[in-house]
Parts: sequence; structure tokens; C-alpha cells
Amino acid sequence: MSTETLTREQTEAAALSAMVVEQADRLFRGEVTKERMAVADRGEWPSAIWDAVDHAGLTSALVPEAQGGSGLPAADALRLVRRAGYHTLPVPFGETMIVAGLWAEAAGATLGGPSSLAPAGTTDRIGIERRGDNYALHGQAHRVPWGAHVDQILVHAHDANGSALLALVPHAIVRTERRRNLANEPRDTLLLEGVSVPAQQVRPAPASCAEGFLPAGSLLRSLQMVGAMERCLDYTIQYAMERQQFGRPIAKFQAIQHMLAEAAGHYAAAAAASELAAESFGRIDFAFAVAIAKSRVGEAAGKVAEVCHQVHGAMGFTQEHPLHFATRRLWSWRDEFGNESYWQERIGRIVCSAGGELLWERLVGS
Amino acid sequence: MQAFQFDPPRLPPDAVAARRRVRAFLEAEREAGHYAPHRCSWSTFDAQFTRRVGAAGLIGVTWPKEYGGQELSSLARYVITQEMLAAGAPCFAHWIADRQSGPQILRHGSEAAKRMILPRICRGECFFGIGMSEPDSGSDLAAVRTRAVRLDGKWIINGSKIWTSNAHHVHYLIALVRTGDAGEDRHQGLTQFIIDMSQPGVTVRPIHNLAGEHEFNEVFFKDYVVTDDMMVGAQGQGWEMVTGELAFERSGPDRYLSDYRLLVELVDRVGTQPSDRQAAEIGRLVSHLASLQRMSASIAGLLDQGKSPNTEAALVKDVGTSFERELPEIARRLVPIQSSLEDPGDSFSETLAYVTLHAPAYTLRGGTREILRGIIARGLGLR
Repeated sequence: MSTETLTREQTEAAALSAMVVEQADRLFRGEVTKERMAVADRGEWPSAIWDAVDHAGLTSALVPEAQGGSGLPAADALRLVRRAGYHTLPVPFGETMIVAGLWAEAAGATLGGPSSLAPAGTTDRIGIERRGDNYALHGQAHRVPWGAHVDQILVHAHDANGSALLALVPHAIVRTERRRNLANEPRDTLLLEGVSVPAQQVRPAPASCAEGFLPAGSLLRSLQMVGAMERCLDYTIQYAMERQQFGRPIAKFQAIQHMLAEAAGHYAAAAAASELAAESFGRIDFAFAVAIAKSRVGEAAGKVAEVCHQVHGAMGFTQEHPLHFATRRLWSWRDEFGNESYWQERIGRIVCSAGGELLWERLVGS
Repeated sequence: MQAFQFDPPRLPPDAVAARRRVRAFLEAEREAGHYAPHRCSWSTFDAQFTRRVGAAGLIGVTWPKEYGGQELSSLARYVITQEMLAAGAPCFAHWIADRQSGPQILRHGSEAAKRMILPRICRGECFFGIGMSEPDSGSDLAAVRTRAVRLDGKWIINGSKIWTSNAHHVHYLIALVRTGDAGEDRHQGLTQFIIDMSQPGVTVRPIHNLAGEHEFNEVFFKDYVVTDDMMVGAQGQGWEMVTGELAFERSGPDRYLSDYRLLVELVDRVGTQPSDRQAAEIGRLVSHLASLQRMSASIAGLLDQGKSPNTEAALVKDVGTSFERELPEIARRLVPIQSSLEDPGDSFSETLAYVTLHAPAYTLRGGTREILRGIIARGLGLR
């Protein structure tokens, strides 16, 4: 035995985490019915799904036990997000989990109800200034996940000195414009100009989100995409085995086999990249790891969606077949919190400024 | 479908120590001017280099001490090969013996073969080639026709092998030959033998590759005599032997780092102020590489625990060699030069030329892309 032996505590913790993930998977499977997906697709808040997820306490997975959370290791908690992606869970599950964890860290307080975070894009910048006992916000945040549906939004803002602050903004005091992504998930505009928040709801941004929510948001979308790709491939492999043409299942044709093998390669690489990022969550190397993940997963998402639709033929192009619940999310999620180009450029600039010989240590450590 | 998961590999202390050791060795090699990283890869044959690698204790490190090894973990060996590749070291002289021939002999060879051969491999003095492909048997390995017949307690081999890298340099091949009927599944009646290239009855004819190099060969057997103690595995077990051997080597870092030096040269050539497009393309390549790195290291961890993740291994080779093929195509568009193997002072140009001329082999050797995709499709349950 040459690998390090795990301690008993580690083994028990791993078993507990696996159990939590399995239970969550079963819950998601039961709650996300085709009828409820259709309701969510019309822009209605799927309260039955949210209540079940909330009741199970899954959204507090990143909150320490002492503060009432489940205190799972971050990498394990984030596996729940991959499973949520697999089941195309139509609620801000990962967003709420991240916001609860951040607010516990920044303010030592627990939050209830669905939450979201802003800004969620690469160009929005929110200003903040002190006014007596309150803080006033400036600017607009676009494409905020469920911005018009959640109870509160955690806003990342900069004051005149350039310091990063977090403001917890109740939904009720913000004007919103409803927008949606390709999967009809709410992606709303928040009109934050002049919104006033009590000083106790404003805290310095912890180091983990000093530069905003793009890294954390990208991690969520990367994990969700890996889950959704797995779902697409499940649908597609099953369809290829059942669908008969020329007297045999289309899975028996080499052209189909090779397309799916290539898609599986993209999916596998994406899974590896997302795991790397989830493990480094909260560590100094997280920014680079998440850039790798969003780049690689986003690229894979397009390829996997293309192959899965091609194999499904016209059937997969219908509203009737559920494939689109996963593929429309893939097409949306790869663009959210910075698309591949955005993150690839960041990686490229970091690597180039360090020079070729330093790349290797960045990949494997010193 | 199985949900692929690539758990983090935990490097044991001997692997961490091995990384320090191999880095120090390679730095000394470069400082002594022993090799030029931009003009070689793991498929560059350099017997002198391999002797120094052996003297430094970096070959056969996982094998038992009684056969010259150090009984280190397979992750220590993994780290050594990775570092050699990243440094662009000319490893071909010991690569095959260290990666597959030695381990096969250790697991399935006779005691006599183990004692005679393994310590010499570890010292960097004994080189191996692979005797699988034949003129009419490439991807369809079960079609081999080279035959061994029993005569007076020995075996007489007749036939030929092709695409045998370094046959003109190596001391031994492990050859897959037919010793009996193929049976219904075509996989019966195959046996592996160690072929001593210094014995009579074996001749080598060079085949030059498109880069003009003499690397691979055709090998002819005419009444070549071999004894039972040079058999690897039992008679008729050859198919299980070669498929096991191939699965073991597929997920290694030599399946995505073959042209790593070109990426290093590209980054340095582009410089610290890349254009948006250069930054994005390089960033994309790095995102692919980092993902492959994780997949491969994770599988190395599983292999170390005695598991056999065959589908994942085939995936690493398919995705990894596709990355290797794509790298020169992107590099040439980011730095528009006309590359040449002789471009004094321009190491990017020379690397790009070298890689462009060798890239076609990346998705052929060790199992073509098409064979791999068939294996993956089987793993997905499609066939």
C-alpha cells in the first residue's frame, strides 16, 4: 500500500458525504418532475421544489456546523451542485448555498430563504457609499440569477477607495426587470441606483470573494454543466440503444459510437477540471483552477450538446423530449459568469506573464 | 452511463522525493549541455542519456530490490516519467523497458529472465522494443501470423514484425507470435517471447519515417530458436498479456505531453504581452492540459491501488493525443513563421518543425484513435 492511508475520521467523513450526496440525488430525482419543469419553464417560481430542497437543509452545506449548517467539506458540498445540474433543478440552489456560506463568513449570521448574488457578469460594477447609518448603492446588475424571485441578494460593491464590500439587499427594496436565459431561467436586471441598506447589512468582502462573484459563480456553473452533460449522455446512450434503423439499434453504427466516444472524452475532461476547481475552493490557487474549469467545461458543453442532439435526430428537437431541459441550460450556463474566451484570456495572460518554464510548476506543484 | 469521477491523487512521500530527485538530475543534464529540449521528446533515442538516468536510479524504480529496483510506489515512477516529459528529455532508449517490457517480465517472466534482464534495465544498459504489429496485422492484432513451432524442447520462430521502433538499437523485443489455433474468438493460441536481438535468425531492415529519420524497422525471423525460459506468461496467454500491457500504458503522461515543449516555446515566443487572441488560445490549451493532467494523475492513483479503469485510460489517450495533435496547428497560427528543423537561434521554429513532422504518429502509436473510440464505446455500453 503506497498511497497514504486515510485516517478513520477521514473515512467516516467521506462516507457521510457520500450519503448526503446520495440522499440529495434521490430528493432531486423525486422533486423535479416533467410537469414541474414545464411550470418553471413558463417563468413561475417552483415553490414545491424549493420547499423540499430547503426543508432538507441542503442549502446550508457550506455553513459551518457551529453556525447551524451541515459543515460538509467544500468539495463534498459542491458535489450537490453537480447533482443539481444533472437533474436540472430549476431553483437558485448553488447561488443560495454560496451566499449562505459567504454571509456566515462575512457577518457570522445565518440566512433563510432563496438567495442570489450580483453582479453576475463580467462588465457590471456596483458602487457603494456611506450615508449616515446606511449605505447607498449605485449602478445596475444584469442577468442576476432569479434576481426578481429570491428573498435577498448579496451585492458585491466597491466604495470610493476601491475597497470591496458585501451588501445584503432584501429583494423587496429593489426594482427589477424580468429577463430570462435560453432555458427560461430568470436572469433579471436589478436597478440598484439609490437603494439604501442599513450599515449592519454591509461587511468587508472576505478574501475568497475580494474580486467579486465571477470565480464562485463560474464554479457553480461548471459543476452544474458537468451534471447536465452527464444527463445528456444518459439520455443519448439510452436512445441510441433503443432507436432502430436499418434493422438494428443505431448504437451499433461506428459513426454513432465514435461521436459518443468523443463526447464522453469532453465530458470526462470537464469533470476532471471541475473537480480540481471544487477542491481548491477557498484556497489561494482557486482563481486559476476555476478559470481552467470554466474554460474547459464551457467548451465541452457545446460539443456534448451538439453530439447529443445529432444522435437524437428530430426527436430531440421537440418540446416533448426532455433533452432540451439539459441542453438549453448548457448553452446558457457556458456564457454566465464569463464565457470561455473571458477565462481563457485570463489564463493566457497569467501563463504568459510568468513565462514558459514556470507553467509546469503551476500544473503539478513545486 | 457511469459517472466519471477523477478523485485527487494523494502523492506518497516517495513520489514527492522522486520529483525532487529527477528535477535535480535533469537540471544537471541541461547545465552540462547533454541534450537540447527543443529538439527532442520521449521518442528520441539517446543511449548515453539513458545510462546516466540508470546511474541516477531513475529506471525500474518500482521493481523489487533483488532485481535492481527500489520498491517505490507506482506514483513515484509516474512522477519521474512526467518530469522527464516536461523537461523534453530524450528517453526512448529506456522508455519501453521501463514502461511495459520490464513490468511484463517481472510479472510473467521466468526467474532466469528476471535475473538476467531486469538489473540491466535498471542500470540503463538494456533496451527493449515492441514486437506486436505485422505487415497484415496492425490494429487487428489478433491477426498475427508469425509462428513459433515446438521442436526438440525449443521453439522455432518464423515470420516478421513491422513498425518496430529502435529494433536496430535494442537488445531485446517482446514478440507476440502464434503458437496454436486462433479459436472462435480469434484470441487463442498467441504467446509472447523475449527475442534476443544478438542471436542468429533475426534480421532488421530500416524503414525511414517522413521526417527522414530511421526510427522504426521491419524485423524478420528465420528459424530463430528460443527456449521456454524466454516465454512471457503461459503458452496461449499472449492476448491477455498484450491487452493488459496496452491498458496499463494508455493513461500515462506520454499520451498528452509528447509535444509539451512546443507549448513552453510558444509561451516564451509570444512573450509577456500577448494579444487577446494569443492569450485566449494559450489559455485554452492550458485548460486542456490541466484537465488531462488531473485525469491521468487520478488514474495513476487508481492503478496504484490495483484497480483497472480501462475506459478512463482509453479516454485519456484519446483526449490527450487529440490535444497533442491540435497544439502545433494552433501554435503555427499564433506565431506565423515558416518553421524549419534547422533554424539556428530560433528554438520555437525548430520545435514547431519537429512536432509538425512527428504529430501524425501521436494518434496512431499504441492503438489508433479509432480503436480507442471503439473501446470507449464499449465502456459506454454501446457495443
